[in-house]
Amino acid sequence: MAAPRLFRPTARLFSSRLASTALRSNIRQSACAPSILRRGYATETGTKEVTVRDALNEALAEELEREKKCYIIGEEVAQYNGAYKVTRGLLDRFGPKRVIDTPITEAGFCGIAVGSALAGLHPVCEFMTFNFAMQAIDQIINSGARTHYMSGGIQPCNITFRGPNGFAAGVAAQHSQDFSGWYGSIPGLKVVSPWSSEDAKGLLKAAIRDPNPVVVLENELLYGQHFPMSEAAQKNDFVIPIGKAKIERPGKDLTIVCISRCVGLSLDAAAELKEKYGVDAEVINLRSIKPLDVETIIASLKKTGRILAVESGYPMYGLSSEILAQCMEYGFDYLTAPAVRVTGAEVPTPYAAGLEAMAFPQVDTIVGQAVKLLRL
Amino acid sequence: MSLKLLTRGGLRSQPITTARIVPARRWSSSISQPPGSDSVRFPGAVNSKFTSEMAFLKASDLPAIPTYRVMDSDGRQVDKKRPAPDVTNEEVLTWYKNMLSVSIMDVVMFEAQRQGRLSFYMVSAGEEGITVGSAAALTPDDVVFAQYREAGVFQQRGFTLKNFMSQLFANSNDTGRGRNMPVHYGQNYPRIHTISSPLATQIPQAAGAAYALKLQDLQNPNRDPRIVACYFGEGAASEGDFHAALNIAATRSCPVVFICRNNGYAISTPTLEQYRGDGIASRGVGYGIDTIRVDGNDVFAVNEAMKEARRLALSEGGRPVLIEAMSYRVSHHSTSDDSFAYRARVEVEDWKRRDNPIIRLRKWLENQGLWSEEQEKEARDQMRKAVLREFGAAEQEKKPSLREAFADVYEEITEEQREQMTELKRILETYPDEYDLRPYKDGINGLD
Repeated sequence: MAAPRLFRPTARLFSSRLASTALRSNIRQSACAPSILRRGYATETGTKEVTVRDALNEALAEELEREKKCYIIGEEVAQYNGAYKVTRGLLDRFGPKRVIDTPITEAGFCGIAVGSALAGLHPVCEFMTFNFAMQAIDQIINSGARTHYMSGGIQPCNITFRGPNGFAAGVAAQHSQDFSGWYGSIPGLKVVSPWSSEDAKGLLKAAIRDPNPVVVLENELLYGQHFPMSEAAQKNDFVIPIGKAKIERPGKDLTIVCISRCVGLSLDAAAELKEKYGVDAEVINLRSIKPLDVETIIASLKKTGRILAVESGYPMYGLSSEILAQCMEYGFDYLTAPAVRVTGAEVPTPYAAGLEAMAFPQVDTIVGQAVKLLRL
Repeated sequence: MSLKLLTRGGLRSQPITTARIVPARRWSSSISQPPGSDSVRFPGAVNSKFTSEMAFLKASDLPAIPTYRVMDSDGRQVDKKRPAPDVTNEEVLTWYKNMLSVSIMDVVMFEAQRQGRLSFYMVSAGEEGITVGSAAALTPDDVVFAQYREAGVFQQRGFTLKNFMSQLFANSNDTGRGRNMPVHYGQNYPRIHTISSPLATQIPQAAGAAYALKLQDLQNPNRDPRIVACYFGEGAASEGDFHAALNIAATRSCPVVFICRNNGYAISTPTLEQYRGDGIASRGVGYGIDTIRVDGNDVFAVNEAMKEARRLALSEGGRPVLIEAMSYRVSHHSTSDDSFAYRARVEVEDWKRRDNPIIRLRKWLENQGLWSEEQEKEARDQMRKAVLREFGAAEQEKKPSLREAFADVYEEITEEQREQMTELKRILETYPDEYDLRPYKDGINGLD
């Protein structure tokens, strides 16, 4: 319970300033420090340690470089380098026509981005957080997701919506919501949610290249986290196919299906299950929410016979409800125990650090549910 | 809801629902064009003269809306012929102390945040004149919707240092029960609505609340009529909510005063990139709303404008008013911001020294012989001590009771929650060494 309190970043309500980090407790460095300075050296195998923030930044830079129609728009993305520094350096490199600061009006700049996509550009529309994208939901869904179909397939809408979503730290009910289920339920949208640096880079690049509107749900707590990045992933043609899950850890006793930050938690939980109970859990990183890689899930279920879905959204009508439903529809005969889910709690996110931690899946909640499921 | 009110506009005898309130003027405006008329009778623009000269209105050709002020930056009354501001010396001293108190609290809490003693804070340096001056013109029953930089409004309306600190430290005296981020003050509902983070959402809500007040006051003519005062920054005025709010407040004749704190910056975005028109005031005129621009560093100008705005808002059955109060955000946007990354330190220092609502009022008080260097020193000293005392007390104060973790999602604690509480209590009692319950109000008994 101590960890979240120490980690609690000074509630970056609307922005996080880099320069001010020096004044704060050094515990927070991982969340905010200029990660580019801490980038690791290449190892013999060519793998490099890269933060999610830098991976996203690299993806944006490469795609801006590759496609002249691509541009970035959002609040504080240019001059300020992005509220979470994801767009660092892009204004200097690509100029104010490709990296555009806007007045504070989500409905406005999102509408402008959608409009430019309908006219043939490839905008990347950044929301400071997806909590604020609620102001622009009409543009995303009624226009972004619908116009291509309703125009008889004439009008393109190659747009990418991106920004942090879900878990945050110390910012209470209006800044810590997970909208995976919301966007996942909309025909006409593709939705991805990266965990590692490779995910972040490959999925964002795929999203920008994809001719459809794609929602990229990132997570602010992951931005400062380092992940190894293979040599292939460091290249500028690295793309991860949308709709394909990745087995992060193979196993035979239990399938854990998870996404975004929950992947890290599930891997830790799997390690604990192995250590304490000798259970081999298979961890599937979904990567895409829509389309959902049902095939990989069912293949794993056939092997293990047991399934546990882990996500940070609200329990009702959410991503894990969908996963469980799909398992009943396509894999019921392989289930040897009722499918189980671990989700965020059905409450507005509390401010108190201890309660906040309990409002989202943690390693021990995942282990606890797995143990119950396996009747250990 | 009173039927009389709904039929006042000459509606014919059709079933009345709230969605069908149509004022009479809508009907009269659809009269067709009389022959030979020199002015337009289109329903969308009455009283517009015809012209054969094609000319576009150039925004840049129009004179900027003037800024009302009473005293200059030296604390002297600008227009010597007008009577002195209609305020007692006692009141002015209270305002001054409230402004000073907020600014001292800001400095202490900003530093405290930097030391990691609370997670977040927002200061209001440079805007104390707007908040205190306007709040002083409200009656205790008026309703306030604030954004997040209005500590002065809370202070002027009787919020104590203890109230502030309890919220900031989310302790058991916090009426929000520790559930909000710091600075999301809320107390004395319905006179103050709790602050909400997403920008500009309070503006249409204020119009709605004003409409409710209007109907309540019509039903109960014996009580003193009330208005809603709604605060927001010039950045928030870019949100669609602002435009929707002003339009609907005007068409529904809501008794609401919109107070825009134009402090020059929306986080890092300077006003030049926020809008190109003549500030926020010009928008009010566009929506048919009585509008004034005032010098926000002049507490008298703000107060007088607010008094008059309040009177106008209650006249003719209610109508909205817009005040644009000009100031300069001397502080960083929040503790998560370092504004020297996008503006020069010298510019900020210059504003701090050259013009500041507190210094200006202090000069005025000194000119009147109401204040002195010694009093200033003593007041600052006392306030700092009081702030630190309440700070320490609030930090030491117990956190809300454990039962609050279960309350307010369902009206009554449900059976499942009851079971969870019992289970929690059992665990806490079984492993007393693992859980330190001393910081929580009522300790283990908080679960009974």
